[in-house]
Amino acid sequence: MGNSAQPAIRIEGLHIVRGGLAVIRGVDMRVEPGELVGLLGPSGSGKTTVMRAVVGVQQHVTGTVEVLGLPAGHPSLRDRVGYVTQAPSVYTDLSITENLRYFAAVLHAPASDVDRALADVDLAPQANQLVGSLSGGQLARVSLASALLGAPEVLVLDEPTVGLDPVLRRDLWALFHRLADAGITIFVSSHVMDEATRCNRLFLMRTGRFLAEDTPAGLLRQTGADDIETAFLRLIDAAREREREGASA
Amino acid sequence: MNPRITLATAGRVLRQLRHDPRTIGLLLVVPVVLVTLLRLVYDGKPQIFDRIGAPLLGVFPLITMFLVTSIATLRERTSGTLERLLTMPLAKLDLLLGYALAFGAFAVLQVAIATAVALGPLGLHVAGPAWLILVLAVANAVLGTALGLFVSAFAASEFQAVQFMPAVILPQLLLCGLLLPRGQMQTVLRWVSNALPLSYAIDGLTRVTSTPGVPGAVLADLGIVLGCIVAALGLGAATLRRRTA
Repeated sequence: MGNSAQPAIRIEGLHIVRGGLAVIRGVDMRVEPGELVGLLGPSGSGKTTVMRAVVGVQQHVTGTVEVLGLPAGHPSLRDRVGYVTQAPSVYTDLSITENLRYFAAVLHAPASDVDRALADVDLAPQANQLVGSLSGGQLARVSLASALLGAPEVLVLDEPTVGLDPVLRRDLWALFHRLADAGITIFVSSHVMDEATRCNRLFLMRTGRFLAEDTPAGLLRQTGADDIETAFLRLIDAAREREREGASA
Repeated sequence: MNPRITLATAGRVLRQLRHDPRTIGLLLVVPVVLVTLLRLVYDGKPQIFDRIGAPLLGVFPLITMFLVTSIATLRERTSGTLERLLTMPLAKLDLLLGYALAFGAFAVLQVAIATAVALGPLGLHVAGPAWLILVLAVANAVLGTALGLFVSAFAASEFQAVQFMPAVILPQLLLCGLLLPRGQMQTVLRWVSNALPLSYAIDGLTRVTSTPGVPGAVLADLGIVLGCIVAALGLGAATLRRRTA
């Protein structure tokens, strides 16, 4: 870490086609190791598709997507990149511990990682509960805990705080900052704008393109807004205005 | 491929099963009930029960493991756990063999109970050794698992997945020689029958029924079934894609 200028994530000229439609239309991005970077945008703007490309599970990708200096999805990245999908991807017919033990075994992670991950997401008291009996927020945290096993260097988190109450959301963002301070790169998406202020840097996305890229403070300055939500709305309105002018010209 | 991950996967599949006692009960009890029914249907004709008893002991695990596996792997695909696993250092074969090992191991229990009941209280007579029935029936169970893994790729829902059972298994059952010996079938049907794996499993079990010892022909039948398992697992691996649209 910090040994070179090698970025944690490097995307250049990314285009992605899904179902015959160009859903990502020329995206560039560079994330340094240990950064906590947010990807914001309305639903359907292409956040998940970009994240899937970074993890290397997305088909029909053109352009460059590199993670830790390797092409996304490279076999040697499989225990260095943790991925949490939007829908919790865990076994509902196993207990929390059984889920984590299995994923730890697949990741060659020590058994002690299970307890650490459980504590990180505040689920230790429910450890032996069947996942199918958990609430939506607990389910999301089991899914997140699975990605904390082993020693991931990059965490790709797709809307990890959806459906969580404010206390848990605050605790998880504190966790993300602890992880980032420890040198783990965190690439997190959200459509909750007030979460954005907790990122080092933000990418605002709309219809398959980045509308803006800045620090939260920079975005406020740039738009003259008081909060990120207003800043984002102003940027979107401006983009719409440009499109309308372009169409009428 | 990594044996430790394969075993962890098999253990995980069995643990999922353990949380579902009703499925375990159905998997273990239904074959016993069916073989008992068969015995009662042919109460006056024990020679018929003797002829088809052992082959049917091989059919039950094929059907049940096919169904259980196709639903289990379909869930794995739709719940996102498959995608998660494929982003991890897990080889496709780890997953496929994990399932085959888990359901194969469970089939040992399933077949052992049904065979013991058939040979004991129900008085089934076979010329060959009981363990050979067990081996062939368990091979059939693993074949069912391998076929289930493969066809689950073509099912978008559990509704569709269960429809593959009559589509994939019943033709094999009709043509395997239980209804009409394969030698007496119309030529084209016999060719089709020759191409279906269940035919060889049933041939083998029929030979165990009538021949003492371990005839080479039974081992040849077993070899063909094992070859079909490998082929089905290979096809299953081809349906697992790390990158999807």
